[in-house]
Amino acid sequence: MSREILFEIKDVNRTYVDTNDSTVEALKNINLSIKKGEFISIIGPSGCGKTTLLRLLAGLDVQESGTILLEGEEIKGPHPARGYVFQQSSLFPWLTVEKNIASGLKARGVYKQNKEEVSQYIKLIGLNGFEKTYPHQISGGMAQRVAIARALINHPVALLMDEPMGALDAFTRADLQDKLLELWKENDTTMILVTHDVDEALYLSDRVVIMSPRPGKISEVLNVTLPKPRQRSSTDFTAMRNSILEKLHLASEIQQPEYTI
Amino acid sequence: MSIIKYIELSAVSVAGFLAAIFVNLFFKQVAEIEINTYPINSSVSLTADQAYRFVLLGLILIYIAAAVYSYRNEERRKKFLSRVPFRFVIGLTVALWDILGTKLLLLPQPFFPGPSRIIESFLMEGDYIFQNTLYSLRLFTVGFTLGVAFGVGTGILIGWFPKVYYWIYPVLKITGVIPAVAWMPFALTLLPTPFWAAVFLIVICAWFPVAFLTAQGIASTPKIHFEVAGTLGAKTPYLVLHVAIPHAMPQIFTGISSANGFAFTTLVMSEMLGQPGGLGYYINASKVWSAYYKVFAAIIVMAVLFSAIMKVIGAIQNRVLRWQRGLVK
Repeated sequence: MSREILFEIKDVNRTYVDTNDSTVEALKNINLSIKKGEFISIIGPSGCGKTTLLRLLAGLDVQESGTILLEGEEIKGPHPARGYVFQQSSLFPWLTVEKNIASGLKARGVYKQNKEEVSQYIKLIGLNGFEKTYPHQISGGMAQRVAIARALINHPVALLMDEPMGALDAFTRADLQDKLLELWKENDTTMILVTHDVDEALYLSDRVVIMSPRPGKISEVLNVTLPKPRQRSSTDFTAMRNSILEKLHLASEIQQPEYTI
Repeated sequence: MSIIKYIELSAVSVAGFLAAIFVNLFFKQVAEIEINTYPINSSVSLTADQAYRFVLLGLILIYIAAAVYSYRNEERRKKFLSRVPFRFVIGLTVALWDILGTKLLLLPQPFFPGPSRIIESFLMEGDYIFQNTLYSLRLFTVGFTLGVAFGVGTGILIGWFPKVYYWIYPVLKITGVIPAVAWMPFALTLLPTPFWAAVFLIVICAWFPVAFLTAQGIASTPKIHFEVAGTLGAKTPYLVLHVAIPHAMPQIFTGISSANGFAFTTLVMSEMLGQPGGLGYYINASKVWSAYYKVFAAIIVMAVLFSAIMKVIGAIQNRVLRWQRGLVK
């Protein structure tokens, strides 16, 4: 199945100067095409530049060299067409759940004509009855669902997620993964997920991008052809997980990776 | 807690004031002082002692009403009960004060008049005290509102624009440490009326803490909030109005609360230094005639007025910052 290309990443480099005044190559010669409607995961040990890559796609950061094209156009700054979900809870603490979701519309100044969508998205993420609560009164999993709804209400072509489930417990995580698949099917949004959880990447994605650190580069792109919904305990799934784990070990020979199974 | 016990404790809370009434009624007037009578209208007239007892009765009725109102709510009930011993002792203190200040006249006069003598000021010139209170209130409202508005405005600019920070912040830091009344001579010369001169001083003294803390609140907004808003499609006006300002709100209110205290001080001091009215003016004018009981009357009015203003600001703050409930101590 060939699909239209959404993101075209060509020879992208990004270096940082760290606190010791030495330069760190966060990304080196990154080349990747992401197709429209695809669910793609970026996985790798910490320091491999996966968050940096995601931030470049969002327009929250700028590369030193190379180009990133979105449907043929260069990315200039953040845009609601590329929704972004942050690692830690990023809800506005002074707004209720309902108003946090509405802030997606309000920020663009289109709240009045799309008001009724807010309650639709609250229903979609299963938070009915929590409309008037404040972020500190709900659980971490609920907060991340709100953050996802807030990004989705702008109908983005792509949803970029930076370890959105990193801080959640196993049950909540599995729950939210299913919710994510559901939302993906309904909205036909391109999903780009940064994670350090091999299971999560395998469970959700069409393709898994494996990155390695120092300098951050793509070491392999895997097609995951297992039919959905996937069984985490199936032999194919386990075999694939083991092979990815092995590759991650190879990719970070020097340093022990931080992921846990 | 049983209702009987609650009624008992409520009775204790007013018993002190009741005792004060009895003391005033039945304690022999030993010292020779004149108890003046003042006509209220064509048919009714009151002595200072009667007026004093009416005030005590009023307090008793207020506390009984509070007891009834608080009974139904657990939290309010606790709050009410916690104040029972304090109110009882206050009542007894007033009774003692009445004995020492009026009945036996043992306190040095005219500096420490008895309670009925202070109440007498309201009988003598209640209208005049009321007019002066209104003058103070008007001065405070205009000055404080302008000062807070001005402070929040400059605070936002300082916190948002590095250029404004560079040029205005040092000015803020220097003027902030100067007591506002020091500008009085200039204010009186440069502004058309004494009223606006005092407004100017209150604006200056409220401006500093509000601007300072607003700027701090704006500048300390976590970057992630701006990034979130950016990915949602927000432009600068949204970032300022709906991200930076809400984030700065707790600090803005801290600024407003401390500005409030400074503004009271500046208000009274500037009234004492050159206003045609106001409670500060009234204190000064009464002092000249050694009418210290009037000074006390004005102080009582100030205490009530300023606590009321602080209550109002506190209520607004609770409403605006209700999202913080449960998040901070």
